[in-house]
Formats: sequence, structure tokens, C-alpha cells
Amino acid sequence: MEAFSDLLEQLYFTSGTNAKAALISHYIATTPDPDRGWAMAAIAGELKFDFFKRNTIKALMLERIDENLFAMSYDYVGEMSETVAHLWQPETPPSGDVELPGLNEVVDTFRNAKRTEVKPLLVALLDNMTASQRWALIKLGTRGLRIGVSARSIKQILANYGGVPIEEIEALWHGVEPPYTELLSWLENKGPKPDISDRVTFHPVMLSHPIDDDTREKLAASEWQIEPKFDGIRVQLVSAPAGKALFSRTGDDISGSFPDLLDTIDHNLVLDGELLVMHGDKVDTFNQLQQRLNKKKPSAKLMQSLPVAVMAYDLLELDGESLMGLPLTERRLRLTDYIEKHPGERLHLSPTYSVTDVAALEKLHQQVTEDTAIEGLMLKRKDSTYIPGRPKGLWYKWKRDPLLIDAVVMYAQRGHGKRSSFYSDFTFGAWEGDTLLPVGKAYSGFTDEELKKLDNWVRRNAVGRFGPVREVKKELVVEVAFDAVHPSSRHKSGVAMRFPRIHRIRWDKPAAEADTLESVKGLIETA
Amino acid sequence: MHPQDWISVEEAGLYCHPAKLYIDPMLPVDSAVVTHGHADHARAGHQHVFASAETLAIMKTRYGEEMAEQTTALRMGSPVTLGNDTDPVTMTLYPAGHILGSTQVLLEYRGYRLVISGDYKRRHDPTCPPFEIVPCDVFITEATFGLPVFTHPPLSHEIDKLLTSLAVFSDRCHLVGTYALGKCQRVIIGLREAGYSKPIYLHGALQKLCDLYQQYDIELGELIPVNDVADKSSLAGEIVLAPPSALADRWSRSLPNVRTVMASGWMQIRARARQRQVELPLIISDHCDWPELLQTIEEVSPKEVWVTHGREDALVYQANLMGFKAKALSMVGYDDDEETG
Ligand SMILES: [Zn+2]
Ligand SMILES: [Zn+2]
Repeated sequence: MEAFSDLLEQLYFTSGTNAKAALISHYIATTPDPDRGWAMAAIAGELKFDFFKRNTIKALMLERIDENLFAMSYDYVGEMSETVAHLWQPETPPSGDVELPGLNEVVDTFRNAKRTEVKPLLVALLDNMTASQRWALIKLGTRGLRIGVSARSIKQILANYGGVPIEEIEALWHGVEPPYTELLSWLENKGPKPDISDRVTFHPVMLSHPIDDDTREKLAASEWQIEPKFDGIRVQLVSAPAGKALFSRTGDDISGSFPDLLDTIDHNLVLDGELLVMHGDKVDTFNQLQQRLNKKKPSAKLMQSLPVAVMAYDLLELDGESLMGLPLTERRLRLTDYIEKHPGERLHLSPTYSVTDVAALEKLHQQVTEDTAIEGLMLKRKDSTYIPGRPKGLWYKWKRDPLLIDAVVMYAQRGHGKRSSFYSDFTFGAWEGDTLLPVGKAYSGFTDEELKKLDNWVRRNAVGRFGPVREVKKELVVEVAFDAVHPSSRHKSGVAMRFPRIHRIRWDKPAAEADTLESVKGLIETA
Repeated sequence: MHPQDWISVEEAGLYCHPAKLYIDPMLPVDSAVVTHGHADHARAGHQHVFASAETLAIMKTRYGEEMAEQTTALRMGSPVTLGNDTDPVTMTLYPAGHILGSTQVLLEYRGYRLVISGDYKRRHDPTCPPFEIVPCDVFITEATFGLPVFTHPPLSHEIDKLLTSLAVFSDRCHLVGTYALGKCQRVIIGLREAGYSKPIYLHGALQKLCDLYQQYDIELGELIPVNDVADKSSLAGEIVLAPPSALADRWSRSLPNVRTVMASGWMQIRARARQRQVELPLIISDHCDWPELLQTIEEVSPKEVWVTHGREDALVYQANLMGFKAKALSMVGYDDDEETG
């Protein structure tokens, strides 16, 4: 555990991908199995269970400190693990050089612990640790490690460590499990390559780049396949002799929420598409899909009233044959063919458009985004093979122009993570008569320089406090950009925004000239 | 008479009406007492400044000989009377243990005693006499690190971190961000106390105040201006001190393979360190940590605590829990500037 905590500490304060990779490679080379494998899993976000809940940590902490002092500390530090790491005082000071258990032992202990055993185990560990070790343990145990090393980087590091192409690691990754002993032994030339032929595995997906004006204006339109960008979530449907699964685009298995969909597939394939709530051919709003996403075990009634379907746009494998090396046009033919032969309500073929020049493309974008259920256009090179990751120049997304309103800042709260200890989360409102009603919250869109100015403004213009929330003078106008707005019964204003962010700070604009709630409601999407 | 009837917060800062005296004012005033030389307490342009001799010397070093029309150097523990002869205010300075020359201010008027702590700490610091407990009715305390998350490790522990890093990354120039007044000299002394006897290299902005400290017979060992080093590559494996603002600017690019270090009480909060792209944060503070703030309130044991300069809410709340009457005294101009932490 000491070595793991040291590694995290160093990674946290090291910037630069190469320097981080060097630290991790060194750790892999010098740490025994199975500790090192668990460390890789933790950093790559592959741990599948919490050792303990955040609430357990909080409850233990509140047995040791006044609740209000804890709240004020948390508000300032902006992060639970670090707050607890600093606040924790051992009941009896650690007696000299107590050696902490290894990472594997910690994982094992918590995995096998009975509910009632978790608290005493945790207390014993925290009591014997330094503040940074406590931070590491809490981060690890609640799966909250964010130290600027992505799963992809871990794969790259492993590939370099074993001297194999990253594609080989990518292909194996979702078929092997932590602590990766077989994988590591293969990379060290000490064992055979892990055999994953009998597993239902996620295939890392191909992602697009946002298109910039320059690229778009120079596009040779006829070389591109154009699709609508639906407002759902990207999924991968895998059906193999060994079983079936629905994965999110990051590889999370979300099968449990959608048995109604998986039951209808009985063919050997890997499909890429958009998950939507659909009534026949009619696509419902993202808001409705959200209700399905929130349910880990949906009721029969919910599945009936909000049936889901996949709008398929790519086919990666069919009957055990990989199609990823074929150009998009050919994969599209195979996909069309498959769907025509297997018609049903749960699987639809995503439409495509063809345009001959850029002017037509622009007109198409305008037309398509008039439908508020469509987020924009996808542009895919017809000759593109399926390359996991985000390759350059092959796939683009062209989102609809954001919606904009001028709103008044009402409340501010300190941020988390990188922005902790600065006021960086803002609740803003729109006018109804002469009262302001909150319509959304934004915590991004400004530069670090603007963040400092906003923080300063909040501290100088605070008029009240509700726990960690500061109420401010209703004087500052911000231009808020957002992707969509939905009706919402949970908010007093009756609206909820999607991806609101601060577009511009209008230091100059009087609050009275900000937008009304009525004009916000005028932007609500209709299914 | 209760201090609430003769002390108030004005635009320029805290004001004692019967003495016609401001304490650490941020705007030019007729008469001011200055607790110590940090820029968020000491400003140029007053008519008449009362302060310790060391603080006056620091102000002259920073702002020039003409920093005030008139100055009066006060000895610690020697009272002076101000205001109306028949209804005087007595003012006495006491050590605050913060930096060279730092003081607390005791004001006595019509039977009441008010102590303004200025900035203070309780740890060992060979550059100034230790903080003195001054009994009083109202104690105005700073709260720069006024949250229970703040507990500063021993100085030697943090200096060890720097020396260990120097051993591990022996080819890297260790560039340490330190505030020019107080922190810089404290880090140097910490290194010397740990037995580090090699020359320490200084950014030009730190030179004058180090010279001043040495004039007060504070032993800093051999200091070399970075500008005097012809071959900058020879600074690999050496310690260079610079003001925090110089860590990321052009100047530091001439140094070989820099490892960015920063010495400040704020470095305890990870995000703060990362915001500055610090690779090695050292938690070295010239202020009290939370346990020391509580210890001080307990020991001074005033009838009332007024809290200012930092995170007032938590300390007011805690002082109430401890049975003290307490309130926040919000003052403008006092920035919780991370550079002086
Ligand atoms: Zn100070
Ligand atoms: Zn100060």
C-alpha cells in the first residue's frame, strides 16, 4: 500500500504524459504480482466494486468531528477524500513503523468483508496512515482516482512495457480481468498470450472530432457519408455464442437496464449505434431515455411505456467475421442487408444523407437541426475503416449551434477538483415579472483568468449563506450557452437545461436586461 | 468603555477613534500603526507610522526612505500614549512570532484592553521573538488557516522532503517559490539547520530583504544571485529560490531541467499546488495552523474574540463552541493572498 500511495502522490504532482508513463512503468517493473495489476486496474478505472461507500467514510468522520466544521472544511477543500485525509486523527497515534498491508491484501480484505466488518477495517487502516496514504486509500476504495492517466494511457504503457502494438492490448483488455497476472506474464515473455475467445467483450469504439469551419468549408462532400446525430447515448450491442451484452461507449456493461432490448437479438454480431426511446418509428426525447438509464432494474411497466431501440450506424462483426478492416461503405451495405433481413421494432437503420457540395451540406445542417431531437450531423469518410480511439480526419461531428440566453448569477458554490477553493459553480436565473427564478447551473466555459475574477466578484458581492452556497447580489449577467432545454417538474422554474456553460461574462450588462423565463421556455424541445 | 464603541472598520482599515489611529491601513492616512512588513499590512504614503524598528527598516527597503512623512520606532513592551492627554489611549507592541519585526498591538482605553494579533505563529523561528500571550478583553485574531483541515507539519519534515528530492533528482535544478519577506529566509534557515551548507541561489527580487535580515545578524550562509552565475547549467542539482510569480515566467526557462517546488501553507491543499503546477509542494507557513489558533484563543482567554483575515466562519463557530463570545470582523483590502501564506 505504501508503494501504491507513493505512486499516486507522484503521479498527482507530475505533469506531462511521458513523465507519468515513466513513473508507472517503473512501478510495474518493480512491484510484484498481484499488487501491480490491481494498481493498473485502479488507475484505468477498471475496479468493479467499491471497497466502502463515501457515506461510510463520512459517517466515520462525523463520529470524530463536529458536523458544521466538517461541512466548512469540505466546502473549502472541495473534495471528500482529501478533506477526510486531513481531518482524520488516529485515536491512538501510530506506533512507530507499522507496515501497511499490500495493495492486494487491501483489495481482498474489503472484497470479502461482511458489511459489519467494513467500518472497523477502515478505521484500523486510516489510523495507521499518513494524510497522503489516507487520500490514496479513500480514492482507491471509492473508485474516485482521477490523476490524469486515462485507461488508454495505461494500455499504451502496457504495450510499451511488453513491446507489443497497442491494438493487441486493446483487443485483449475487455477479455482479461484484474489483477492481469496472465497479461503481465505474457508481456514479460513468461507465459502465453491470454485466450479470450470465449468471452463477451467490449470492442473499443471509434470516436469523432468536432469539425471546425475551415475543415468544413474545404470538404469534398461526395466522399462523406452524412448521418443525423441523435440525442441518445452511444452503445455497443454484442451478441456471441457465450452471451449477450449492451455496453456504453466507455465499455460499461449496462445490459441490466435493457433486458427488453437484448431479448430481441439472437444473432452473432457486434453493432454500434444510438440507444433511444422509440415508439415504433418515432424517437422520443432524451429526457425520457434518462428515465430508463436511471433504472438498474426496470419494471415491466416502465419497459412498456418507454421501450428502447437501437438506431444502428455501424457493424463491427457478423457471424464471427470482423468487418472493422472494411471501408465504411461496405460495412454499411452489410448492416443494411442484415437489418432488412431481420426487421423488428428494436433495431433501426440510421438514415444517411448525401450532398454534392458544401453549400448543400450547410443547408442540410440547418434543416436537420430544426428538429430539436437531432443534435446535429455526423460526417464520416466513406473509405474509413473502423479504428478504435479518436483517429484524425475520418469522423466529424457538427453539433447544432448552442442556444443562448442572458441570465443573472444568483448563487455560487466552491468548485471541486482542479477548481476547488474557488467559487466556480454558478446558479443563474431568468426573470418572471420582477423576481428571478433559477434556471440552471454552470461550472465551465470560463478561462482561469475569468475564474479568478468571478471568485473575487462573489466574495465581494455575497449577501447570504446556505451551507456551502453563497447568495450574491443579483447584479452580474452571464451569457449562458446550452444544448437543449426540457420541461422539468423538479425545478421551480419548470425547466432544465442540458450542458449549460458560461459563454461570456457580461460585466457591462444591467441585470434588468437579462432574459425572461418565458423566452427560455420558448426554446423547449418538442418530441 | 467596550472596544466596540471606540474601534470600527473604515474604508482604509481598522480605526481607533480616541487615538485617531489606523491599524495596518490599506490607504494613505494621517496616523498608522503597522504590525509587520507584508504588503497586505504595510503600505507607503502615510503621514506618521508607528512600528517596530525592524518593520520600519523593511518598509524603507521595500518602499524607499520616503515611505512616510514621519516614523516612530517602538520597542516591544514599552507603552506610548496617544490621543487626548486627559483621556488617553495607551498602545504597546508585543512580539507576534510571524516574521522579522512582527508585532501584536495592545490598545488600552478607559479600562478595556484590546489586542490586535496582526499575523502570528507559534512555531520556533530564529528571526523573531516568540508570540507572547497578552491578556485582554477583546482579541482580534487572524484566521488565514482557520479550518480544521490545516495542520502544518514540522519545518524539518518539509525541509527533508526537499533534500530527499534533491538526492533523487540530482540532475534537476530545484526552483523553490518563496515569498520574499519571511518565507524565503525561513526556508534558508531550515536548510541550514538541516545541515545544508552549499550556496543557495537567489532570484534578484529576494536579494534586498535577505541582505536586511543579515544586517540584523540573522545567519543565512552563502547566498549567490542567479544573475551572477555565468553558466546556468551549473545550477543542475542546486537550490534556487525565487518569488512565486517567477516560477512559471520566462526567467525560469534559463534554468536547467527545473523541478518546481513551492513553500507555503496553502500547499497542503492538493488542488492549490496543482493550480500552480507545483511538482513538490512544501507545507511551510508563517501563520498558525488550526490547533495553534485554538490553543492561542484558549491561552489568551479573552472575553471576546473577533476574527478577521481569512476563513472567519469556522473559527468564529469553534470559538463559540469553546465558550467564547466571537464574531467575524470583515475588512476590505485584506486579500487571502496565497503568496503570504
Ligand atoms: Zn503577514
Ligand atoms: Zn497578512
